[in-house]
Amino acid sequence: MKRRDFLQKTAAATLVAGTAFKFGSFSSLWAMEASAVNDKPYDLVAVRNGEPEAMFDKAIESLGGIGKFVKPGRSVVVKPNIGWDVSPERAANTHPGLVKRIIEHCFQAGAKDVFVFDNTCDLWTACYNNSGIETAVKSAGGKMVPGNVEKMYHEVQIPGGEKLKTALVHETILNSDVFINVPILKHHASARVTIAMKNLMGIVWDRRFWHRNDLHQCIADFCLYSKPTLNVVDAYRVLTRNGPRGVSEADVLLTRNLLVSTDIVAIDAAATRVFGSEPDEIPHIVIGHDMGIGNMNLQQLSINRISM
Amino acid sequence: MFKPHNLKKLRVFVSIVFLLSLSFIFLDTKETFPVWFRESFLFLQLVPSVIQATTVIGWMALGILVVIILTLLFGRIYCSFICPLGILQDVITRIANLFRKKKRRFRFLKARNILRYSLLIVVVAASFSGFIIILGWLDPFSVFGRFMTHAVRPVYIYINNGISSLLFSINNYWLNPIEFRAYSWASAGAVVALMTLVVWMAAAYGRQYCNTVCPVGTFLGLLSKFSLYKIRLDQQLCNSCGLCQQVCKAGCINTKEKSVDMSRCVGCYNCLTACKSNGVLYSIGLPITSDASHNSSRRQFLGSSASLVIATAGLANTIDQPQHENPTTIPEEKNFPVSPPGSKSLDHFVSKCIACHLCVSVCPKQVLQPSLFEYGLKGFLQPRMDYHTSFCNFDCTLCGEACPTGAILPLTLEQKHVEQIGKVVFIRRNCIVRTDLTDCGACSEHCPTKAVIMVPWRKVLLIPEVKPEICIGCGACEYACPTKPFKAIYVDGNKVHQIADKPEVLEQLAAPKPEDDFPF
Ligand code: SF4
Ligand code: SF4
Ligand code: SF4
Repeated sequence: MKRRDFLQKTAAATLVAGTAFKFGSFSSLWAMEASAVNDKPYDLVAVRNGEPEAMFDKAIESLGGIGKFVKPGRSVVVKPNIGWDVSPERAANTHPGLVKRIIEHCFQAGAKDVFVFDNTCDLWTACYNNSGIETAVKSAGGKMVPGNVEKMYHEVQIPGGEKLKTALVHETILNSDVFINVPILKHHASARVTIAMKNLMGIVWDRRFWHRNDLHQCIADFCLYSKPTLNVVDAYRVLTRNGPRGVSEADVLLTRNLLVSTDIVAIDAAATRVFGSEPDEIPHIVIGHDMGIGNMNLQQLSINRISM
Repeated sequence: MFKPHNLKKLRVFVSIVFLLSLSFIFLDTKETFPVWFRESFLFLQLVPSVIQATTVIGWMALGILVVIILTLLFGRIYCSFICPLGILQDVITRIANLFRKKKRRFRFLKARNILRYSLLIVVVAASFSGFIIILGWLDPFSVFGRFMTHAVRPVYIYINNGISSLLFSINNYWLNPIEFRAYSWASAGAVVALMTLVVWMAAAYGRQYCNTVCPVGTFLGLLSKFSLYKIRLDQQLCNSCGLCQQVCKAGCINTKEKSVDMSRCVGCYNCLTACKSNGVLYSIGLPITSDASHNSSRRQFLGSSASLVIATAGLANTIDQPQHENPTTIPEEKNFPVSPPGSKSLDHFVSKCIACHLCVSVCPKQVLQPSLFEYGLKGFLQPRMDYHTSFCNFDCTLCGEACPTGAILPLTLEQKHVEQIGKVVFIRRNCIVRTDLTDCGACSEHCPTKAVIMVPWRKVLLIPEVKPEICIGCGACEYACPTKPFKAIYVDGNKVHQIADKPEVLEQLAAPKPEDDFPF
């Protein structure tokens, strides 16, 4: 789809797209794990006015506990956004406390191993360290895996991808049983917002290819391949401008929200609203919806709204 | 009174400490040791400290005084205790001995005065006329630094990464891999050229590099003629058996004439241990002025000085003056290369950097890469910011802390955040947003100051807009820009570094109130 067609298309999409999910046509790596949660009571859980840890406790409880997703003896990969060498207050990286809490839940459910990594933009050791995430992960018993080595990325096919047909994906993603995607909600210079779909760019090696070949289409295409078992959106502090890195703390708002869903498009649509934009202004969300990756029509979803 | 045996032991011990520490300084990727550790070994390196003293009056400059005083007291012990290349040569000689059936016996060598004084004068004259790189080519610390950076370090990284990936395969993430982004073949060539010379001389003749080529050795040799303590052969006790001469790697003992050329003695103290009849003395004494060679060497020195000063002055003028004054034909049209943050200006940097490549080794982003001719012939192998390989980390000041010559001066983090080493230039007609009509924005994404922002364009797209006045020239935008073969955004170096305007701090927005409802 050409970018210029967007405004027209998106208007139409909102009317046409019903509950027409086209999940069956491909087999995701996590299809097996995901099927265990078919009887989920809610499509999306949204929590507000709490601390990240407590909000996650509430949200996951309302989905029946993390045990629905993480079976004993399984290995888990938690993928926060750790892209930038800045402190947690700058809200360019996922809240370390939230990452820690998720790992604790996984271990309580009997996970064998929990791995955490990101293919960072700034110097990776500095990002891991100054985001506070390395310390948080280690204190919860998780393992920080380097994301800076090309050798650790292996080629995968993306059946059905329009622009993106192959990608190099980090081996920790390929080798783990459960994939928990934990982005932070932020403004983004080119993608407009970066949430769960965009966060998957951190598990691939060659990002320049995406930028060269229609960024939004590539973001959506990649979701055909990689469907996280669970998405947790950290919207506790939100970087409202100058994203994705931010310039100062003045760019950050304390909004104290948290979203959890297995539907990567739905969670992005809801988070976009928290950000203050409309989902149909975000091209990759619209494309993802059109491709049947998820449902951006929030009124069609069963949402559990929890205010603390 | 010195115990001769202990002196040699002391020398071996100190030299090992220096060699290991200086090697480690070039290999340390984790900032294991504090700055003072690094500095306490670097400040005694003569050439870096001399250059630094011409820029800043810091405690590093004290190194010169210490070295000069040590030499005036004890002779050229610098060459055996402190100089990493000297110590490395001893190691090479030792290794070479392992391959010989019989241990190598050194003999007395004639002083190559014309060669060594000429080289010293060329180097000094060239340095004063801005060609410091010739000093950089021969200076032992720089030779050692390039050897570590381009020969030892890659092997170290290779082994580190091998072990780390073995550990990964058993899910152990204890050892981090070290990124290796680019290999400088030009530097490798320089290393091979110089090290071949050094290794060959060391294996065949002992310390001949130090006594014919090395400008530091030659300079300190001039001083040690006047040193308080001298090695001497006792005219009575010495029976000219030649044992001391056989262990003298400097080839400066003439047992037949019972004389020692102090200008070439490197203070290793091997002779003190070797002599069986207490014939070698290390004691206070006036210079022995009787020998004619001393006078003749002085005459040679003065003679060669005069002719060479003229020669080098001529050479300096024939090589082009400032490079890249005019736009070149390269598509990105860079007028100037980008020199590292803290290097003040291209002139400052090029006239102070001896290309020891310590900054290349410590730069965690590996954006500092040896140049070819970006700085012109004058700056061959001096490091430059290579934004096709990497970009400068916003919160990093390591190169300035490491640089031993003051070519890169230390910056505080606050200074670094506004130190403008170059300015961003945007070529709209190369930009993907315009050529492909799709969103990109990789440049703006990476920019730490938001000197590139994305502004609405053709209704649904966002295209870069640059604000060079707040740009610091870190190169993140240029590195991230995915266009090929030429970038759509790049940094043009500042000939003189400037202070960038601070990014405008916008007003804090109002947070949603707790009583608000969900927006969906
Ligand atoms: S300040 Fe920049 S160039 Fe210097 S060491 Fe750090 S990253 Fe490298
Ligand atoms: S515009 Fe480019 S060079 Fe300038 S500060 Fe931003 S990223 Fe760095
Ligand atoms: S990164 Fe390059 S191609 Fe992409 S928007 Fe910036 S200038 Fe254009």
